[in-house]
Amino acid sequence: MIEVCNLEKSFGDHKILQGVSFCIDRGESVVIIGRSGGGKSVLLKHLIALLKPDAGQVLIDGENIVPMNERQLLRVRRKFGMLFQGAALFDSMTVAENIAFVFRREKSLPEEEIAGKVAHVLDLVDLPGIENKNPSELSGGMRKRVGLARAIVYEPQIVLYDEPTTGLDPIASDSIDKLILRVRDRLNVTSVVVTHDMRSARRLGQRILMLHEKHIYATGTPEEIFSSQDPIVKQFVEGISEPIAQGIQATL
Amino acid sequence: MGTGFASLRHMLFWEKWVSDWLEGLGRLTLLTKETIASLLTFKVSWRDLLYQVYFVGVKSQSVVLITGAFTGMVLGAQTYFQFHKVKMDTATLAVVSVSMCSELGPVLTGLMVAGRVGAAIAAELGTMRVTEQIDALRTLATHPVDYLVVPRLLALHAALPLLTAESIVVGIGAGYLVGVYLLGIDRTYLWFNMLKYTGNSDVAIGLIKALIFGGIVAIISCYKGMTCGEGAEGVGRATTEAVVYSSITILITNFFLTLTLGKVLHAL
Repeated sequence: MIEVCNLEKSFGDHKILQGVSFCIDRGESVVIIGRSGGGKSVLLKHLIALLKPDAGQVLIDGENIVPMNERQLLRVRRKFGMLFQGAALFDSMTVAENIAFVFRREKSLPEEEIAGKVAHVLDLVDLPGIENKNPSELSGGMRKRVGLARAIVYEPQIVLYDEPTTGLDPIASDSIDKLILRVRDRLNVTSVVVTHDMRSARRLGQRILMLHEKHIYATGTPEEIFSSQDPIVKQFVEGISEPIAQGIQATL
Repeated sequence: MGTGFASLRHMLFWEKWVSDWLEGLGRLTLLTKETIASLLTFKVSWRDLLYQVYFVGVKSQSVVLITGAFTGMVLGAQTYFQFHKVKMDTATLAVVSVSMCSELGPVLTGLMVAGRVGAAIAAELGTMRVTEQIDALRTLATHPVDYLVVPRLLALHAALPLLTAESIVVGIGAGYLVGVYLLGIDRTYLWFNMLKYTGNSDVAIGLIKALIFGGIVAIISCYKGMTCGEGAEGVGRATTEAVVYSSITILITNFFLTLTLGKVLHAL
């Protein structure tokens, strides 16, 4: 369903991705892990063509989206829903207007049906009855839930999550994780989650890709990744900061 | 050695400045092309368009009317002081009228709208960019040009000629009041000369200029907002640049429009 071949991307002289290749099958749930600033979000944005690579291909259902222009991409993007790190809700609109945005733009459904879909999807994300609230009245966790509701309301085939639990307390993070699993199971979507939260990675991923030094360094099931003896993978999943560890050893 | 190094640095600075400027011009041209392509699809939402017309047109009236009125008054008084020396007092309003119709009305309205609306557009779109709302639009299969640029462009195209017409009327009216009630000019001859020397072409020049200035403010402000840098600093810089570049472009374009429209319309 998603195939990435030899992707390369630089910002100025700074190379972010080099020779990144992987495949994601239909219905699969994949988590991309890696250090902050390592290019995970950049990679995710390439999957939906929010960024154009310097070289390489991104194939969605066998169709290379890299050479497409913005107008051609509109058709491909209908297959996607995306939850942004900061939710990216339209702050001039209410929650209901945010969620119903696409339906109202396309005038594809009568108002009663739109209201029904908005209520249904808000129910799915455990936020019933907040249709008329403004995004500024919502907490971080609620904003992410509404962002997710907006992403899934038109039943996409692929949902991309950009650091869905970043900035949330452990309880809110746990509820977002459960929500992602619920969406995956109920809507049978392909999920791609970018995170550096190892607890989320273990729970959400059927397969984990580790991005390190500009390329996919390791790939495997959560069990394989979490039991890996590779020093770089082990250091990352266990969250060990080497210089500090050495410093502690020296002190002792 | 030191001088050679300094001149090399100087050369590199100008080379980068020119290449950045050309790149910006290229991107602006692409945005304009994309906007024209979008306009041809006729996919504008009337709701968005009406809101923008309200924001651009109705909300800008006070600032445009005050500018027009005081410009007309100052121009009337200053013209009178000079014309009085050669006993041409009754031609005062004719000068005010021709100036307001073909130059001051459209230019000052354009500059005021660039300051008020251009800044607001750049700040709004810039904030949307840094908070990933423009990316969210794209993921929702919505072209940002269709949703953000086209309604603003159409609203400015529609509103600026109307605001200019208001500014001209108020400017001439204010000039008339100053001439008659403060300076004591004969009202009949003042009005007669104004009508005699103001042609339809002067009004047409002003309205055509306003139409073009509306497009300039919309495209430059949308471009600056949609391509702004990161964070609050990026939004602030985009806002300032939108106003400065729109204003400068209006002033430069005005000179060429005066030459071309003057020749074309006065010849008709």
